[in-house]
Amino acid sequence: MKDWRYWLAEQRGTLLAFGIFIVMFVIYTSNHPAGFTANVVQTASNKGVLLAFVAMAQTLVVITAGIDLSVGMIFTLTNCLASWLVIGTGVETAFGVVAVLGTGLLCGAINGAIVIYGRLQPIVATIATGAVYFGIALLLRPFPGGSVNEDLADALTGRVFGVVPASLVVLLAVVLVVWVPFSRSVLGRAAYAAGSSEMAAYMSGVPIRRGKFAAYALAGLLAAIGGLFLTFFTYTGDAAYASGNAYTLFSIAAVVLGGVSLFGGKGSAIGAIFGALAFRTIGDLLFVFDFDPLWQPLFQGVILLVAVSLGAFALFRVRNRLEWFL
Amino acid sequence: MSETTLGGIAGRMPRFIRRADPAVLTAFACIVLLLFLGSLYSRSFLSPEYLLQQLKVASFLGVIATGMMLVILLGQIDLSVPWSVAVGAMMACAAAAYGPLGVALAIPFGIFCGVLIGIVNGFGVAYLRIPSMIITLATNAVAQGLMVVYTGGFSPQDSATVAMRYVATGFTIPGVPNAVVIWALIGAAMVFVLTRTSFGRCVYGIGNRERAAYLSGIDTRRVVMIAFAVSGGLSAFGGVLLAGYASKAAQSMGDAYLLPSIAAVVLGGTSILGGRGSYLGTVAGVILITLLQSILSVMQMPEAGRQIIYGVVIVAMLLLYGRAPASR
Repeated sequence: MKDWRYWLAEQRGTLLAFGIFIVMFVIYTSNHPAGFTANVVQTASNKGVLLAFVAMAQTLVVITAGIDLSVGMIFTLTNCLASWLVIGTGVETAFGVVAVLGTGLLCGAINGAIVIYGRLQPIVATIATGAVYFGIALLLRPFPGGSVNEDLADALTGRVFGVVPASLVVLLAVVLVVWVPFSRSVLGRAAYAAGSSEMAAYMSGVPIRRGKFAAYALAGLLAAIGGLFLTFFTYTGDAAYASGNAYTLFSIAAVVLGGVSLFGGKGSAIGAIFGALAFRTIGDLLFVFDFDPLWQPLFQGVILLVAVSLGAFALFRVRNRLEWFL
Repeated sequence: MSETTLGGIAGRMPRFIRRADPAVLTAFACIVLLLFLGSLYSRSFLSPEYLLQQLKVASFLGVIATGMMLVILLGQIDLSVPWSVAVGAMMACAAAAYGPLGVALAIPFGIFCGVLIGIVNGFGVAYLRIPSMIITLATNAVAQGLMVVYTGGFSPQDSATVAMRYVATGFTIPGVPNAVVIWALIGAAMVFVLTRTSFGRCVYGIGNRERAAYLSGIDTRRVVMIAFAVSGGLSAFGGVLLAGYASKAAQSMGDAYLLPSIAAVVLGGTSILGGRGSYLGTVAGVILITLLQSILSVMQMPEAGRQIIYGVVIVAMLLLYGRAPASR
């Protein structure tokens, strides 16, 4: 096989997600009353980027064959924290941003420590830590409120040069600063290896513990970036249980659509980003076609159900029935 | 700490303690500790009325946790509990609006809807081999979507039938609430199924190693599917009971039952990886969680503090005895 065919095989999931997103976005904008304008793109990207950050966070953990059911709650917690701290003069705001991101990193690190060094199942551990994070969010904001540095918020949710949505630029920057170095580092490789076959990775002397820990911690950081952006969009902090849960759920949907294997070791955050954008666009298609918004939860649920069921096609390739049982 | 000293101490204890699971003993010890702490705080904590009231509240969680335990024994998990509970409650109340026949069939119809959700879960897990965590999250979202469309986004106006209220709050045996009787009956049935039937042995076998169970001639996929259907049905039945208790159904009434039901099963010593655990432990876990909730609310702890304590207690107890073996 030629090099480009290897590359194609490796990136198949990402390219598929990209394709789905493009098709959906074309349908969306061509039926939108305002058409393909900078405003429509800006609104769509602002909504999509929120989910994209949370989906990236979920990807990092899913790659290690784990799952983080607390990402939505870290997202909510950092949103509430940002509505207290990211305010005031430039220095104060900068300090606030650092504090919010640090909190996210800490939350992720706690998850990682419990799962890896405490040897608990990720699913139960992160449900429990999610409850704790939500409790803290509720302490910070018993009622929706707070405010944010509006200059910074408007700059980051507006447009660059009047055309490109600033949120997309930030997303790109985060990919370049967080995802690309991580996936190419020893730790990133270790995270992939641990997800692919933990036993083999362990036997080969791969630093699986450090790799997994880094993945969990960075997931917390990415969820915090998402929470920060939510504050920039809404100007408030709100400890809403339903919204946190919805983001956790949608992040899994986005990861699946983005071609990341839930069994670990396969996929990339870039795919998950396109998965997130595609998922958001599909959800918003209902508005373009004038459906009752009441149908949106059902519609999103059905998309999720179909997306996860598509994975079942792999069963047709199974030759030996014993391979059904992992 | 060596094996021999442990064995020496255990050897002098009565047989039933020697045979018991340490996790179950820990859970019961924690219950006693909580009762002790509670009685320090308030005298009425040890009164029979209060304890009976706690048992009644625990029975709703107990019914739901029974289904969850069956699924966890398989090494799977059911995250569709929140909306299975709500669907059971809402559909039972909705059926009541359709004349006398609807009133008569309200409870079975609610349970039936839960079983349907469970069958979708079971089909996805057993036949499509989708990870249970994912498919149950998806059916949970679909069930939520269906209910939002059905109710128009508001809490439904239908109210619970007389039978539902009687089942949840009435007294058939003087002094013992019906809900507790029902939990006892369901629990007894579960113990019988798990320990005395081939289905129960299959559940444990699959939880240990599905490959081996399959090679021993068990139709593992059917067993998994049935287990999920039972779990869905029991969640919905829990919802029916809750609707009878509150005399109406509400949106998101099941949200408060996902973490407690998993926690109750896991704190009771059932391995989250499947194949190991006893119903007695789940009973202990359910009572433990209910008492914890009750103490926190008696102390007028705000919701935020309750969530935090809850999560911390679960992680701490799991770290005590729920750890996976080290990879070596």
